[in-house]
Amino acid sequence: MATNPAIDPASRTLVGMASAGAQGITLDPIDETTMVVNMGPQHPSTHGVLRLVMELDGETIVRCTPHIGYVHTGIEKTGEYQTYMKAVTITDRMDYLSAHINNLAYTLAVEKLLGIEIPPRAQALRVMLSEIQRIASHLVWLATHALDIGAMTAYFYAFRDREKLLDLTEMMSGVRLMPSWIVPGGLRGDAPDGWFERCAAVVNELPMRFREYETLLDQNPIWRERTQGVGCITVDECLNLGVSGPTLRGSGLAYDVRKVAPYSGFERYDFHVPVGTFGDVYDRYRVRLAEMRQSREILKQAIEAMPDGPVRVEDRKVSPPPRPELDTSMEALIHHFKLWTEGIRPPAGEAYVPVESPKGEIGFYLVSDGSNKPWRMHERPPSFMNLQALPGLCQGRLIADVVAIIGSIDIVLGEIDR
Amino acid sequence: MCDTAKPVALLDAERLQSLLPHAVISIDVSAGDVRVMVRREGIVEVVRLLHDDPEFNYTFFCECLGVDYLDVHTGASIQGKAHRYEVVYNLCSLVDPATGALRYRRLFLKVPVPASDPEVPSVTSVFGGAGFPEREVYDLLGIRFSGHPDLRRILMSDDWSGHPLRKDYPLGGERVQFPGGTTGPSVGESVVQHAGESFTGRTGSVLGDVE
Repeated sequence: MATNPAIDPASRTLVGMASAGAQGITLDPIDETTMVVNMGPQHPSTHGVLRLVMELDGETIVRCTPHIGYVHTGIEKTGEYQTYMKAVTITDRMDYLSAHINNLAYTLAVEKLLGIEIPPRAQALRVMLSEIQRIASHLVWLATHALDIGAMTAYFYAFRDREKLLDLTEMMSGVRLMPSWIVPGGLRGDAPDGWFERCAAVVNELPMRFREYETLLDQNPIWRERTQGVGCITVDECLNLGVSGPTLRGSGLAYDVRKVAPYSGFERYDFHVPVGTFGDVYDRYRVRLAEMRQSREILKQAIEAMPDGPVRVEDRKVSPPPRPELDTSMEALIHHFKLWTEGIRPPAGEAYVPVESPKGEIGFYLVSDGSNKPWRMHERPPSFMNLQALPGLCQGRLIADVVAIIGSIDIVLGEIDR
Repeated sequence: MCDTAKPVALLDAERLQSLLPHAVISIDVSAGDVRVMVRREGIVEVVRLLHDDPEFNYTFFCECLGVDYLDVHTGASIQGKAHRYEVVYNLCSLVDPATGALRYRRLFLKVPVPASDPEVPSVTSVFGGAGFPEREVYDLLGIRFSGHPDLRRILMSDDWSGHPLRKDYPLGGERVQFPGGTTGPSVGESVVQHAGESFTGRTGSVLGDVE
């Protein structure tokens, strides 16, 4: 057991807010001219409870060590105690900015275990929900990233427009952030009347909004000064560290799971994968803005080509019978009862389905022992892997660049700590 | 359910087996996913070959994770496994070395780990990206990675005892640990259970020993 830092004055050598000993950080400076500075876990620009211990030579960062785990809630352990259908609701809470996509990644893994194919309308609606979520997540990134660097206006514009996208989620599922609407077997329900019209209105408005953000930032000399040539990373470094998503694409490799391993019918939509050249903060900004435009293209195509039909599989071992059937059919009643008391029972096996989240590749590694609860539910957290790039990106940069770099890799601590 | 077409990654797995027959135990294909069982002594050699060999070119370290197969009620592993843990490495080859174009191959490497000696050689010498995930597996499952440069807990606090994702670690009912070595009452001690509510589960017991 470590000694309590509060009563051990020898361990209080850290400059900054928190005391040192609690997390066992080695604090031997490289030489006597450097200084160790603590940033976080409570800091406005860490996008959650991320703590960075930085060793500085003047204003230059010599060494940067991230410390995580402050919001660890044991979601993977909890998942082992939930039936497959109930576990959907805890996947929302990992990356809470892209809940639909977390639901989708988990659901696809369960469906792979079950070996079922879902109806075309459910697939198309899943595509729409995940692209709405991708734009909404990128808007939060844009807002907070710009705010960190000092561009106040973009924050208000982006949050104003995100609300319209969240309204679409709310209209469909009743909640803004934790919908759990995508479930094994399809969707919990179909889109309500007027949903597509409202979607189309938002989709028509979006290009104008994207131009607004670009007018604010693209040619802004302060923005360019703060982001161009800052936090450069190469493709090889990204791959070696497990970095994916816009951070990898900003360096020039067009790895997008929607293209290389399409799921939910993404192969039917026509869209491009934007890539950057220099792998700096500015390129990652450009890639995400271009991605929002592509997501909007996908939404437009999905609205136009929306197929009719059910949004849940007919298999009564996976999805419950419609309510009116319970009044007339004994089998329907039994299926209903068995599904809600026992749940789904996938055959024993393992499954992993990669999905493109706004942060990178997300996927659930599920191990089933044939019972109604997952034996192991592991998430591949894109933010967790992307965070590993941070020490290298910060090294040799000025301390003022740290907030720009953290913003540019777009991390969500709920997903990192789980 | 299994794809009729042979996955490309299976060809890589078979070539891997012919190059390193002493390290590869078996190859398994299910629903298009290729999983290679690797002896733990040979994991670094296998990963290094997959990374360095220009034809394999498995340069993307997707992640690694651990699974505990212990059935607490019987004391043996489920599915008749001889080992208690497995560490799974998820690697991808994203660049065609000949043309430099994008390609997509995915290979899962699985390393069986016995309960008596939960230690696996670290692959951080090949993939820097293994640093965080290996720390996480150590933290939550107690599998040590020899040769890891910084094998500390990552999600739990440094003075935590026990490894929460092990199947013999209870979900609820353990005494709450505070920094400085003190403990507080568990949920089971401080909260009266409602009818039908239980802190026991498939993997542990109320007030089970933490370690």
